[in-house]
Amino acid sequence: MKDQPVLDVRGLWKVFGPKPERAVGSTLSRQELKERTGCVAAVRDVSFAVRPGEVFVVMGLSGSGKSTLVRCLTRLIEPTAGEILFDGADIRKADERHLRELRRHRLAMVFQHFGLLPHRCVLDNVAYGLEIRGSGRAERYKRAREVLELVGLTGFENSYPDQLSGGMQQRVGLARALAVDPDLLLFDEPFSALDPLIRREMQNEVIRLHREVGKTMVFITHDLSEALKLGDRILIMRDGALVQMGTPDEVVGAPADDYVRDFVSDVPRSHVLTLRWVMRDALPEEPLDGPELDPDLVIRDAVRVVLSADRPVRVVRDGELLGVVTSAEILEMIAR
Amino acid sequence: MTTLSLTARVPARRYLLGAILAAWVLGHALLAGRDTLALGGAELTPLHEGANQAWDTVDDNRNSNPFFLYFFNYVRLILDESVRFVQALISQPSFGRPVPVLGWLGVVALAAAVTYIFGNIRVALLTVAGFVSFGLLGLWAESMDTLALTLTAVAYSLAVGIPLGIWAGLSGRFNRFVTPVLDFMQTMPTFVYLAPLTLFFLIGPASATIATMIYAIPPAIRITAHAIREVSPVTLEASASLGATAAQSLRQVRLPLARRTIVVGVNQTIMAALSMATIAALIDAPGLGKTVLKALQTLDIGAAFNAGLAIVIMAVVLDRATTAASRRVETRRRTGREISAFFRRVEVGGALGIAAVLGYLSYTYVWAAEFPAGADLGSYVRRAADAASLWVQDSLSGFTDALKNVITYGLLNPFESLLAGSPWWLVFAVGVSIAALVGGLRAAITAAVGLAALIGLGLWQDSMVTLASTLVATILVLALGVATGVWIGRSDRADAVLRPVLDAGQTMPAFVYLVPILGLFGPTRFTAIIAAVVFAAPVAIKLVAEGIRGVPPATVEAARSAGSSSWQLIGKVRLPMARASVALAANQGLIYVLSMVVVGGLVGAGALGYDVVAGFSQHQLRGKGLAAGLAIVVLGIVLDRVTRAAQVRTVRLGVIKED
Repeated sequence: MKDQPVLDVRGLWKVFGPKPERAVGSTLSRQELKERTGCVAAVRDVSFAVRPGEVFVVMGLSGSGKSTLVRCLTRLIEPTAGEILFDGADIRKADERHLRELRRHRLAMVFQHFGLLPHRCVLDNVAYGLEIRGSGRAERYKRAREVLELVGLTGFENSYPDQLSGGMQQRVGLARALAVDPDLLLFDEPFSALDPLIRREMQNEVIRLHREVGKTMVFITHDLSEALKLGDRILIMRDGALVQMGTPDEVVGAPADDYVRDFVSDVPRSHVLTLRWVMRDALPEEPLDGPELDPDLVIRDAVRVVLSADRPVRVVRDGELLGVVTSAEILEMIAR
Repeated sequence: MTTLSLTARVPARRYLLGAILAAWVLGHALLAGRDTLALGGAELTPLHEGANQAWDTVDDNRNSNPFFLYFFNYVRLILDESVRFVQALISQPSFGRPVPVLGWLGVVALAAAVTYIFGNIRVALLTVAGFVSFGLLGLWAESMDTLALTLTAVAYSLAVGIPLGIWAGLSGRFNRFVTPVLDFMQTMPTFVYLAPLTLFFLIGPASATIATMIYAIPPAIRITAHAIREVSPVTLEASASLGATAAQSLRQVRLPLARRTIVVGVNQTIMAALSMATIAALIDAPGLGKTVLKALQTLDIGAAFNAGLAIVIMAVVLDRATTAASRRVETRRRTGREISAFFRRVEVGGALGIAAVLGYLSYTYVWAAEFPAGADLGSYVRRAADAASLWVQDSLSGFTDALKNVITYGLLNPFESLLAGSPWWLVFAVGVSIAALVGGLRAAITAAVGLAALIGLGLWQDSMVTLASTLVATILVLALGVATGVWIGRSDRADAVLRPVLDAGQTMPAFVYLVPILGLFGPTRFTAIIAAVVFAAPVAIKLVAEGIRGVPPATVEAARSAGSSSWQLIGKVRLPMARASVALAANQGLIYVLSMVVVGGLVGAGALGYDVVAGFSQHQLRGKGLAAGLAIVVLGIVLDRVTRAAQVRTVRLGVIKED
């Protein structure tokens, strides 16, 4: 029961153009499809499931369909085909009223360009989602203040959005999404418009919030390092289709095709891969009394122990010996 | 391939155009005076007589025909009563009292309070000064009549315009439907719908209000729709993602974000309404316009200047007040919330309290009700204006006469002689072929239909005379527009100095221009042309300047680094790249000039303008006036279509050449 996915997307299509249904199921390339039917398939046959409490990252370059995908999830863009099961019920079948209720209570979204209301102060911006679902003034301001404290904006309640820096504006966007206490948070490239230092700060903020409030998140980005840093699992899209889905170390350690391989080639592998990826079976004559390490330990964090040990390091999970690692494997990995 | 053939055709078209003009001049020399379809001032065609009879029929059945009984008469009644009600409050004796409900002190106090609450203390002071000056000029009642008419028309215009604007902003389909209607309302010369309106609503406040609304509603609808449509889609999407209904998004996102722009629309509506409310004097609307009109008809420069001054002051006050209100929308939200809420209440309460006290005084005491007659600056202003006009006419006559003669003999007479003196079939053929050459087949068809309509209306020669002065005025406008526009576009300092002058020129009601120009040149067709040029020049200048400013700095820099001189930069880089703006300036200049034709009729331009004006005052010329109004509209449509088609062509050709 616990592992029933929060969100289960099955065979999702979004086609723009005249008579979009015709293009559903087509296996033509984007270019050919455009020439034959005049349609553009922004999302083609994407399926994935998001587990409770997970940070699920959708990554792709611009034009890969990732922003369209996330908008289809709350039907800001109406999907052409497929199922979007949210807690077992298909969002696509919801009528307008039901959809509005979902958006008001259970789903919330953070936008790349913030989408704040420039004529309202920070407090009223954060309380907006509560206001439109009919909460009383005192109640919504109380909740808004709580959330503002959570994102570190206490003291800015009466400022206006254009008086804040980009990073602070996005904190307001984040607070607005959190204020409605949703079951699922959607992020559409929330930090792309921010400069690198602020971006890193905000990424850490999301990690902290995820630890504190434990929300399930779907996070869209074009930035691989951001994806690797935040994601429990990563879905890579290209030309609207799913290319690979897996944990960060799966994506880096076992790229599905040349596209992904090329994509991850610059990633310092020792920062992402775990011991599981470099361990080997113990040779018969090897001593097995070296230090013990967990297979999910990132290599970077294991370097010191392995290199300073005078015998092979044992990789052990639940008392069972999975393999061994010596400085040879580590050095070969780093040198590659 | 297309590039080659099109660029190759350009010189050919130019030669063809030259050949047509040469043939025209030759034809004129041989055939001048034949088949010109001339019609004397008092002569009527059967069509005009038929229109007269139809008008009489309407007059006879005004109180029995159901359309009138249940629709037009009610509209007339409601509008008449609305205007009379506001007049009763501020300008006319009413409710059995010898004075209006609010005397001058009360009106001044109320106006100051309103401008203070919605604007700031500075515009409130300006308002007090402006309103007091109406009294000092000896025009209190007339000014209040104009204000009453303007405010009533503005109230109705906004009540209709803002909801329609919101609708047009939300619905693309409705927007597509309403845009051509608004285009037509705005290109139609303002004076021509006055006469048909009196057919349905008689002369008086009702017709004046509707005429004013026709002129003032388009900016309200357009600007509101624009404001609603321009709201950031990101913000709207965020609102939708939180589960806002369409109504919630409209009320809490679109309208607040659009408010500042909508207030700009209110400003435009007020200025348009004031301009038209003075012009509506032609159909007996009360107020300052009537004073100006009477003075113009008797060539009383002093009185015309005096009333014109009052109109200018009212325009400035209304403009500043609404501009300040739109700024306030911006600044208000910056102030801290809790503090300002209290202060605000004190502020509003205080301002309204003072206004109420002063209003009560003006209701009760004669000294506060009637503006003191002793404080009369008006007669000094009149005498000074008369003296100045005389002095100018005497001492500048050398210069003004030279200007007048150069333009009259160098441009106007040859044009007029070519257009009105040639046989109609020659002009017809030349007109259609020029339209075909510069604008293509559709423009040629429009021109043929339009010119045929002019013949059908029985006003061919008058139309050609009007066309001649319109073209001359447009040439002058364009020359002025390009020269000044380039200057403003290149120099920030010139921009800073001239832009306020242009803005002021655009906010002034059209009537006001006539007064000083009449003082300078006396009543002739030349005066009418200059008035039209002054009216149309600001628009043309602004459009050209905008185009020049829009030229990418990188391109200019590249041309300069290649060693271009200043004149080469202008002639070879800036103007060609601003071509679209210059073409638009020509089109707009034409439309503006044409809308002054009737005003020109007041000050000595003959032809269509005179026909329309005579139709207002002489019973048997009503039908002819109606036809003349239609002829102006036809001219406007033909010129608009042909210049637009030419504009599209130049731009398209340019693009291909640049490839």
